[in-house]
Amino acid sequence: MSSISVTRAYGAVVEGEAVVSEEGFSPRYDLDRWTGVITKPGHKLEGTSIVDKICFFPAAKGGIAAGWAFYDIKWKKIAPKAFIFGVTNPVMVQGAIFAGIPITEGWDPHPREVVNTGDWVRVDPKRKLIEVLKSKV
Amino acid sequence: MQLTPEEQSILGGGRGAAAQRALEYQIEVGRFWGAERFVPVTNVHMMGDIEVMGDAGLEFLRNEVKQFARCAVPTTTNARCIDFAHCERMGQDAGEAMKEKEIIATLRRMDVVTTDTCINYQTVYQPHLGEHVAWGDTGTVIYANSVFGARSNFEAGPAAFAAALTGRTPEYGFHLSENRGGSFTVELKAALNDLADWGAVGKLVGETHQNYYAVPVFHGYHRTPGADELKHLGVALASYGSMGMFHFVGVTPEAPSIEVALGGRISSERLSITDEQIEKTLSSFNLGDGDARLVVFSGPQQSLFEMKHLASLFKDRKVKPGSTCIVTTNSAILAQCRDLGYAKALEDAGVTILEGVCFYILQNLSPMRIANRWTNMVSNSAKIVNIIGAHRFNTILRRTADCVEISCSGVLR
Repeated sequence: MSSISVTRAYGAVVEGEAVVSEEGFSPRYDLDRWTGVITKPGHKLEGTSIVDKICFFPAAKGGIAAGWAFYDIKWKKIAPKAFIFGVTNPVMVQGAIFAGIPITEGWDPHPREVVNTGDWVRVDPKRKLIEVLKSKV
Repeated sequence: MQLTPEEQSILGGGRGAAAQRALEYQIEVGRFWGAERFVPVTNVHMMGDIEVMGDAGLEFLRNEVKQFARCAVPTTTNARCIDFAHCERMGQDAGEAMKEKEIIATLRRMDVVTTDTCINYQTVYQPHLGEHVAWGDTGTVIYANSVFGARSNFEAGPAAFAAALTGRTPEYGFHLSENRGGSFTVELKAALNDLADWGAVGKLVGETHQNYYAVPVFHGYHRTPGADELKHLGVALASYGSMGMFHFVGVTPEAPSIEVALGGRISSERLSITDEQIEKTLSSFNLGDGDARLVVFSGPQQSLFEMKHLASLFKDRKVKPGSTCIVTTNSAILAQCRDLGYAKALEDAGVTILEGVCFYILQNLSPMRIANRWTNMVSNSAKIVNIIGAHRFNTILRRTADCVEISCSGVLR
């Protein structure tokens, strides 16, 4: 079974479908906060829903407003199950913890080597580990 | 994390349930980043309005009031999403406006000073070298760290609010000297005569270095930059690069020389910015369908001197019928602009001045875009050009005088 070690992590164990992005993310810049679909024109995941997904993003984009946004999308039941960042920033972490959404930073190996969009993965923050349970055929 | 006796008392409920919850939350954030302790803060700047908070955030605040939440240190608010005087004309929801009023009243009950500005560093509070604060939005943080030499991380709304209640924040990131050294150098060879040019520098450097801990060291510029120029540079770096700090040799307090700014490190990367790159950046924006009917001076709010400059550019001119030009600033600056005649000059030209808001977070912005059939948004702020994409605007960065020309002629170039 393929797995990824992460550097920092918060939250409960969750399982879900992976969405792997080659582009960074902000819930304010990129996301329609009423549907959970990435709507920023030209974003590499434009048109993709992140609802109930385990989202892999290489980087976080600016934006203090993201802090409340996570709580807002959780309340609207359109939040992802977890955020997996290569590099993140304090806002993403403060927002995710406030909303109770698991979040991690740093990865080894790079997700592109072991996980594809559509794979079923488990995030275990205490063990700082992400496991690919089932690859999408 | 190591807790002082006072922090242990807060955690035990000694300062009430709200402060207790806030500290528990801050400990989780501190643990994530490996913070060993808290640092006291002297000032908090928080974002809190109905557009960013939603009903969930409002409900959270209502509960905090019930638990007698109260600020332990001076706390101000960031720009909000509704100027009540323009709410109806802007097509904003009356119901959401009621909620916005409730948020303002609720924050005031907790002793928050509702300044409604994202340029607190120009108009409200200027921390000194080494002073620890807990600020958001990102533009306020990068200005505090870089220009004042104060110390803050990006503090999202819930995090800044927690810091307000406890009077402290976890010690990580830019609170620690080890993270404040420069990581690469940028020689500014370009003339940079307009605020849009400074934003373009932020775009060029930020987009290619998206990392909170990347700290550019600017040097080699031919004159001393002004506060508004550093403001547009900072907000663009924070926006495009998620950066929290920069140095500017001979200008910012922790950068008397390149060597000191780099904190003893050897710069592995040396960039330079030329006039040609700035021109190329400005000409790289797609003009979409050519729609020139929306020009925005916002994100960040305009300073007094930006307002003065706009007033002179719009003097004896008119915004083209059918076009909209929006300027946002805070209540203190607007009051001065009324005294000084700048507001009248702008309003006589047909410019809409919104008070206490940012265009980017206006309540109902997506429906507003559709109702007005706006497709493009033109601005001299590289930040707002970058961040408004989720509302499906095609955005175009132009220099200040060009924005005014576009607004009055209705022709996009």
